[in-house]
Amino acid sequence: MRIEIQDLYFTYPTGVEALRGISLTIESGEQVAIVGQNGAGKTTLVKHFNGLLQPTSGQVLIGGWDTTRHPVAKMASRVGYVFQNPDEQLFSRNVGAEVAFGPKNLGFDIERVEALVGDALALTQLSDKTETNPYDLSATGRKMVALASIISMDTDIVIFDEPTTGQDAVNVRRIASVIAELRRRGKTVITITHDIDFCAENFERVIAMSQGKILLDGTANAVLGQEETLARTYVDPPQLTRLGKRLGFRDTVRNEEEFLDALKR
Amino acid sequence: MAIVNLQNVTYKYPLTDVSALQNISLKVEEGEFVAVIGPNGAGKSTLCYAIAGFVPHFFKGELTGTVEVAGNESINSTLSEWVLNVGLAFQNPFNQISGAKYTVFEELAFGLENIGIPRAEMKRRVEDAMKLTGISDLADRSPYSLSGGQQQRVALTSILVMQPKVLVLDEPTSQMDPIGTREVFGVIRSMAERGMTVILVEHKVEWIAQFADRVIALKDGGILLDGAPSEVLTSPLLPAHGFATSRYTSVARKAREMGVWNGENLPVTLDEAVEGFSQRVKGIKS
Repeated sequence: MRIEIQDLYFTYPTGVEALRGISLTIESGEQVAIVGQNGAGKTTLVKHFNGLLQPTSGQVLIGGWDTTRHPVAKMASRVGYVFQNPDEQLFSRNVGAEVAFGPKNLGFDIERVEALVGDALALTQLSDKTETNPYDLSATGRKMVALASIISMDTDIVIFDEPTTGQDAVNVRRIASVIAELRRRGKTVITITHDIDFCAENFERVIAMSQGKILLDGTANAVLGQEETLARTYVDPPQLTRLGKRLGFRDTVRNEEEFLDALKR
Repeated sequence: MAIVNLQNVTYKYPLTDVSALQNISLKVEEGEFVAVIGPNGAGKSTLCYAIAGFVPHFFKGELTGTVEVAGNESINSTLSEWVLNVGLAFQNPFNQISGAKYTVFEELAFGLENIGIPRAEMKRRVEDAMKLTGISDLADRSPYSLSGGQQQRVALTSILVMQPKVLVLDEPTSQMDPIGTREVFGVIRSMAERGMTVILVEHKVEWIAQFADRVIALKDGGILLDGAPSEVLTSPLLPAHGFATSRYTSVARKAREMGVWNGENLPVTLDEAVEGFSQRVKGIKS
C-alpha cells in the first residue's frame, strides 16, 4: 500500500507552521526511519498518515485514499500508529482486551480477532500476560502492550513513534525483532527515532527532517554519512559511522558487520 | 566526607514481595558525577527515589538500612526539608510539571516560591538557569505545549534553580535529539565541576563514558559493578547480564575475537576506539 504525499503544509491552531512543503512517496513494504531534532515536525507528519491531522494544504494519499475524505476510524484499517507514550493509548482492564480492541473495532470476525491477538501477543512476548492489567506492568511492559495492540490490527502500514525510548538493551532487541518480522510479512514500517544507532541497524531508508521540511531522504548509508547536513537537524551519525570516518574508511559503514568487513579489507 | 551515604539499604514497595533494592551500600563524594546503568527493573529509579527521599516518605513501603545526605538521615527528615539538599528530575517530565502554572517561567519559579526566595533573586535564578539549559526562548510558553525533549529541559531546569547539593536525574534526555542530549550532558558535567554532586540514571552509554566520573551497574536491586567508566563499561559481565554497551566496546570485542583489535583495553569512547583501531588501519594501508 503506497503512501503519497504532495506538497503538504500544516499549521497548528496556535500559528506554529509545523510542516512546510513535504512531498514524499513510500512504497509498499518499505522500512523507513524518520530522524531529526525535537520540533522538526516528525510526529506532525506521521499523524497525517492516518488522518489524525488534516493538511492545511496539499494532499496525503494512503493506497489511493485521500485522508481528508475518509474518517480516522476508516484510515485505521490501513494505518496503525503506536504512540510515543503508551499511557496515552492504553485503557482496557487487561492486556488481552486491550490487544483485542483494535481488531474487534475493525469488525473482524471472532476467529480472526483471536488469531490476530494470539499472534501479536506471541510476537511481543506477552502471551502469559493476557489477564494482567496493563498498568500493573512496568513502563517497558506497557510499551510492548501498545505495540501488540496495533500489530493485532493487521494494517498494511505500521508507525512507531520513538519505540526505544527508555528501553534497555534486551527490549531494544525485542523491538528490533518485531520490526524484522513485520518486514518479513511485507508490512510498511515507519519509525520515528532519536536512537540513531538503532536506526542504522534496522532501517534501509532514512528521512532526516528539519524545521518542517525534508532535509535528506535516501538509503541509510547515503543519509547517515552526511555528518554536516545531519548536524543542522541536531543528529549525529551512528557511532560506527563516525568511527569509520575517523579511521579514513572510503565507504560509509553503519553497523558492526559493515565495519568489520571494511576493517578486514 | 561522602555527601551521599547509603548503608545496607533494602526496600520493598507496599504490597510487593520482592525487594526493589537489596542491601545497597554506596558512598558518593561531593562534586562526583556518578552514572547508574542497568536493565529495566534493576532498581535504578527506586535508587533515585531513595536518595531523593521519595522512598519511603512518598511511596511508603519498608525501608531498612540508612540513607544519609549531607550528614542527615532521610528517615529523620521531612520531604520538604529533604528537597533543600536533593533535587530529583523524574523519568517522565510530564509527571513533574505542577499543572498550576501557565508559563514555563512561572513553572520554574514554583519551587523557589515554595521555599520563600525573594522575588528579585527568584527572577535572577530562573533567568540564569534558563540560559544555562538553553530554554530562554520557551519562557512564555505553556509547559504543556512543549515537545517531550523541551519538557525534559524544563524539568531539569526546575531542579537546577533550586540549587540542591545533590542532583538526581532519572533518564533526563530520553526524549531528546542526539545533539540536544550531548548539550545537556555538557550542562550536567559543568554543574558537577561547580561542586554539585550528580547521580544520573542513563541508558546512553556513549555519553556516560565521556562525561561521568564513575559508573554503578545495578542488577536485580543490587550493585553488580562500581568503578571507573573504562572498567565498568568494558566488563564482560555487562553483555552477559543484558546491559547496553557502547558500539565502540562491542565492535572492538568482536574484532578482538577475530584477532583484529590491537588495543590493550577495550574502548568506551570514540577517541579510544580510533586509537585502538588506527594501528590496524595503518598496518593495512602501509
